[in-house]
Amino acid sequence: MSVAILRQRDYLIASIQTDLTDSEILAFRDELADRVGERRARAVIVDVTALDVIDSFLARSLRSLAITARLRGAETVIVGIQPDVAIAMAHFDLNLAPLRTALDLDEALAVLDRLRTEATNG
Amino acid sequence: MTKEETQLSEPPMQAPAADISLLHELVDYLRQNRTELREEWVRRITDAQLLRVMTPEEIFSEVTAVYDNYVDALETGSIETLQAYARDLSERIIPRGVETHEVLGIVLLLRDVLARSLFVNYQHDADLLGRILDSYEPAANRIAVTVGVSFVDERERVIREQQEAIRELSTPVLQVRDRLLILPIIGMLDAQRARQLTEQLLGAIQANRARVVVIDVTGVAAIDGGVANHLVQTVEAARLMGASAIITGLSSKTAQTLVDLGVDLAMMKTVGDLQGGLEEAERFLDHRTDGTEVTGNGQQS
Amino acid sequence: MDDEVVVEINADADLVAARAEARALATRLGFSRTDATLIATAISEISRNIVVHVGKGRLVMRPLYEDHRYGLVVVASDDGPGIRDVEAALAEGNAARGGLGLGLPGARRLMDEFHVKCGSERGTTVTMTKWRMRDELERLRERRDGKNA
Repeated sequence: MSVAILRQRDYLIASIQTDLTDSEILAFRDELADRVGERRARAVIVDVTALDVIDSFLARSLRSLAITARLRGAETVIVGIQPDVAIAMAHFDLNLAPLRTALDLDEALAVLDRLRTEATNG
Repeated sequence: MTKEETQLSEPPMQAPAADISLLHELVDYLRQNRTELREEWVRRITDAQLLRVMTPEEIFSEVTAVYDNYVDALETGSIETLQAYARDLSERIIPRGVETHEVLGIVLLLRDVLARSLFVNYQHDADLLGRILDSYEPAANRIAVTVGVSFVDERERVIREQQEAIRELSTPVLQVRDRLLILPIIGMLDAQRARQLTEQLLGAIQANRARVVVIDVTGVAAIDGGVANHLVQTVEAARLMGASAIITGLSSKTAQTLVDLGVDLAMMKTVGDLQGGLEEAERFLDHRTDGTEVTGNGQQS
Repeated sequence: MDDEVVVEINADADLVAARAEARALATRLGFSRTDATLIATAISEISRNIVVHVGKGRLVMRPLYEDHRYGLVVVASDDGPGIRDVEAALAEGNAARGGLGLGLPGARRLMDEFHVKCGSERGTTVTMTKWRMRDELERLRERRDGKNA
């Protein structure tokens, strides 16, 4: 199974294990978007640690997921972008908002927790 | 990876079938006379003033291992064990200062000692001597090459490691407090060095789980469009790994030049000097209001 | 020709193979991990361009050996209607913002050399190259191994 989707609290955590074809990327994106709606998830965390290429198509697909998730009240955080992949992505001229990034799962959870606290206090 | 394939394992050292029995006779002879041949070899090494950095005990111990490996390699036709031993030996003696000519020298001396001993032993039968040498020479030469090449390979590996270490040292990424890294850049920045810096910084972000990096360019000799582009990319790459970047030390004059060149400085958060940058970074860490929302122009939100 | 790698591009599944082959060849040529990633990413962009706009094409990847540097050349060709306006296609800002974009500007930024040629009737050929410098140590080693081979 090239993508595993788990649930932790009211977050969805999806981990991409292998290099995906474009169709698989779109299917993955749509599935996650559906689940966000179904489960009223507050955030989606996508772990791309295993990927050694993230091209503009995948980047845009993740962004589109983030936009859809936002519409359903959820944040989207990408974790695990490797240094060489980050360098490659920096060559594109991409606007990825509202997509967020964090180093790893722990950092993502810290970010999300902080956002929740602020939302409550704000 | 080179144009021609380098295969140390060929041509095979085994002679044609008829000479296999000769090879066995040769190997048996070398084993039976092991003690005196080894001693003769050590004498020749000492006379030639090789391996002076090693004590007599060390020389004897290594000499024994080389001799035995040498004879085994002659017998089996396989140089793998010898190669492994040669690499191991090289790893040990290179830091001691043993040089290439010494290693080649001692292997060739062994070859000579054995060859002469064969001459003496088989001198009564010129024909047999000839055939024994036919068996011995290609194998012995192959062994000399193997040991020499292993040594040189090891030296090159060490040089490369040292080069790497120097590179690392010359651009330290400093951790000043938890989650905060500083990268002071000093000197000329060409494309290669800029790329190296970026890789080092990103590696440090990963290793230290940094959330903020302060990149100080006060000491950078010349900031042109190319350098600026590298900085912009570095900032973006850092954000993709969850770290915010602050550039410090960019004079307003330089900033203006870059803007004129069309560099989008909105891509970077800049502060006048390092001190100011550090304070900004501390504030950011203490009162983080958000995660790193990645926009195309890298602004924090 | 030894070391030449050909990947037929017919469907999006071929992009996975193209990326993997590109990385493998780059690694064999001694490119750094980062450069191998840049090359694989550029190939991904170019190949997608073929699949999306033409449907069928091929990639030919070849090493270049020069004394002071090694290069990896990628020639992506298709038999499609051609890019009507190469200038526009390469203009920054065309890729990625809204729709699919042509992927060419991204690939160009990732590589060192980049040329687009349209055939007289139809067909497009994109040739892109990435170089890596060879240091003293490596050149010495090659001379030595060359003599020993």
